[in-house]
This record gives sequence, structure tokens and C-alpha cells, in this order.
Amino acid sequence: MEYFLRRITTTRLWQGLVLRSVLTATFFLVVPVVQAAPTTAHAEGIAQSEEKVDVLHHVTDGNTLEFEPFGEIHLPTIKIGDFDISITRHVVMMWVASLVLLLLFVSIGNTYKKMKPTEAPKGLANLIEVMVDFVRIDIVKANIGHGYERFLPYLLTVFFFILTCNLLGLIPYAATATSNISVTFTLAVFTFVIVQFTMFKEHGLSGWLAHLTGGTPWFLWIIMIPVEFLSMFIKPFALMVRLFANMTAGHVVIVTLIGLIFVFKSWFVAPAAVAITLAMYGLELFVAFMQAYIFTMLSSLFIGMAAAHEEHH
Amino acid sequence: MVSTLILSGGLLSPNPGLVFWTAITFLLLVFVLSKVAWKPIVEALNERENNIQSSINRAEEAKREAEKILAEVKAERAKAQVEADKIVSDARIYAEKIRAEILEKANAEARKVAEDAKADIELAKQRAMIELRNTVVDLAIEAATKIIQHNLDAERHKELIAGVINELETVER
Repeated sequence: MEYFLRRITTTRLWQGLVLRSVLTATFFLVVPVVQAAPTTAHAEGIAQSEEKVDVLHHVTDGNTLEFEPFGEIHLPTIKIGDFDISITRHVVMMWVASLVLLLLFVSIGNTYKKMKPTEAPKGLANLIEVMVDFVRIDIVKANIGHGYERFLPYLLTVFFFILTCNLLGLIPYAATATSNISVTFTLAVFTFVIVQFTMFKEHGLSGWLAHLTGGTPWFLWIIMIPVEFLSMFIKPFALMVRLFANMTAGHVVIVTLIGLIFVFKSWFVAPAAVAITLAMYGLELFVAFMQAYIFTMLSSLFIGMAAAHEEHH
Repeated sequence: MVSTLILSGGLLSPNPGLVFWTAITFLLLVFVLSKVAWKPIVEALNERENNIQSSINRAEEAKREAEKILAEVKAERAKAQVEADKIVSDARIYAEKIRAEILEKANAEARKVAEDAKADIELAKQRAMIELRNTVVDLAIEAATKIIQHNLDAERHKELIAGVINELETVER
């Protein structure tokens, strides 16, 4: 049963991964076209301007906070030996997200400390409670089951951290920290560490080694062990790429659509570009919630699979 | 061209400094939020869940109790109904019996009265017969006495006998 389940999950992950890769590749193919466009236009003598719409500049990290046309703030560069720990744009965005979360949750936490069990939550606390309870019951408890409580702090934080970063990225002048692969890499590593630690704790070294065989007979081990070993890393890798690609892709599309106005240097393109951008923006708003949910849900699923006891099948 | 673009743009190149800051920021966030938010919120939610569950349990208990009482009351009422029916039917049977008894008694009484009356009549009749016989005998004797006392002719004889017979008729009437 568990073997079967894992096979399905792995297949689904692969499918998801392939789908994401295709989407991401499509968006990256769009980028050079848009970047190449001014050159073509220049060659044809329609536009005389040398300026390019640098799409990637809007989604990558940097050492400045740009507030065009008002100017920009240069962030400090910190180096310890060869190790560069500069405070970049995405670090600032993460800190803004953390600050928002702290301000929000300190006040809500205090509300709940004072609340009696017979009292109904009101206002902001009510709104947040819906999300907290959704993560708690429908994501964490549903996927981990017994003993889910000890994973709650990590998974709740991951959900709200990713959600806040995603949403902050939609504000003009802000940047999306979750569209940086280093950020999603770090989060995926946390899930990976928790999954491996849980499996060690629940099943011991022998159980951890046994899961590599996928419960198959010994003559299949030569196939199963590499597959399971890869799957161990593919799961967090998929988490990392999924969040990064989704958050990047949406912004690339928005920048590209707006860029079309400047590429064609025509007022007539603007209404269409703005209309489609508005639709994309709505989609991004949905994706912001969706990706926070997916990351938390898959992390819970992996932890649940690692914690599952196999005696009863 | 695409790959160089991506790598030169730094989109896929990992930045160790950012990994470091992400780890620090995120771990601190997990630590602080656990203390200030997750613990009180989850505790409050659990407490409320327990409260709701116990309320539901109590309501369920009360419902069961009410149903039990209702069933008891229904059974009690059914029993009372049966009892009442029995009392009424008993009373009816008893009344019927009493009626029959009274009727029987009345009939018997009436029959007795009639029989008594008949017996009285019979007695009176017999007594009258006896009296009549005695009177006839007396009259016969008296007539014989008169016949013997008066040696009379045949005409006279006839008169005498007719007189006696007339007398008899008046007596019989």
C-alpha cells in the first residue's frame, strides 16, 4: 500500500515538475524575444532608442532598493572573508515580511491569550484564524495524522512566511523574495532536514535504510535503491523549483506585458497590455495563496510519509 | 543563449549570503512566532474545540435523556390507557351482571307474586267449592226435612222443589 502510494506521489511530482519546467521554459523563451525586439525594431529603423526592457532585472536580487523615478537606496555590502552576506533587496523584503508577520501575530496572539473558550473570534483574529485552522486541520493534520502538533510551528510559519512574501511581491516597488531560488532552496532544505530527521527518529537507521528499498524484493533493489535515493532529493528539489518558478514566471509575464508598451513605443498597445496585466495580477494574487498552500501541503505530505508507521499494512 | 541569459541574470545562481540570511530570518521567525502566536492560538483553538465537543456531548446526553423520559411517559400513558380501558370494560361487565341479576330477581319476584295470586285464587275457589257443597248438602237436607215434615201433594211437591232450585240459583249467583 505504502509502496503504491509513494509511486503515485512520485509520479505526480514528476508530472508537476515537467509541467512547471515547460511553463518556466516558455516564459524564458518569451524573455529573449522581448529583449531582442528593440534590436529588430532598431534594425528596421522604426525605433531609434537604444534602451532595452530588462525583464530579468525586475525579478533578480540586487543591492539597491529602487523607487523610480524618485531615486534609489543603496544597501550595505557586508563581507566576512570571501563570504558575501550583503543585505540585498530580497533580504530586506524578507525582513519586511517578518516585521508584518510579527506585528500581526503579536497582536493576534495577545487576543487569543485573553480569549475565553466560549468567546467567538472577531475581525482580524477571525480572518487569520480561518487560515491557521485551515493549515492546522486540512493541511497538517490531514497529511501527518497522529502527532501532527509538533510540526505545526514550522508548517504554520512556512505557510504565512511564503504567503506574506508572495503578497508583498505584488506591491509596486517591492520585490518577491520567494522568486529567488536561494530563498526557496533554504526553505526546501528545512523541509528535507525535518523529513529525514523524522524518519530517523520514527524508524531508526534500519528503517531509514529499509525505505530506500521501497519494500520490494531483493532482486529489484538494484533499481529501487537509486530511484528511492533520487526521490529523496527530488521531493525538496520539486518544492524549491515549484515555488521559485511560479513566483518568477508571473512577474516575468507582468513585466513583459508592460514592457510591450515600451518596446512598441505606441499608446495603442497600452490598453491591451494593461488589461492583460490586470488579469495576470489577479492570477498572481491567487497563485500567492496557492503556492503557500502547495509548499505547506507537500511538506506535510512528505513529513507524514516519513512519520508513517508501516506495521499496519 | 537562454542559459547564458539566465545565469548572467543570476536567476538560477544560488547566493550563499541570501541562503544565510534566509535561514537566520526564518529560524528566528519560527522561534518568535511559536512563542507569541502559534502556541496561544492553537491552544485557544484546542480549548474551544474541546469546549464545543463537550457542549455537543452534553446536548447529546440531554437529548438521550429527554428521549428516554418521552419513551417512559409514552409507555406510562399507554399503560394508563390500557388500565382505564380495563376499568371501563370491567365496570361495564359488572353493570351488565348487576342488571341481569336485578332483572332476574324482579322476574322471579313477579313470577312469585303471580304464583301466589294464583294459589290464593285456587285456594279461594276450593274453599268456595267446599262451601258450596256444604250449602247444597244443607239445602238438600233442609228440603228433605221440609218434604218429610209436610206430607204434601204432587202440586205442592213441584212448588217446593222449584223453590229450592230457585234458592240454589240465587246462592250460586
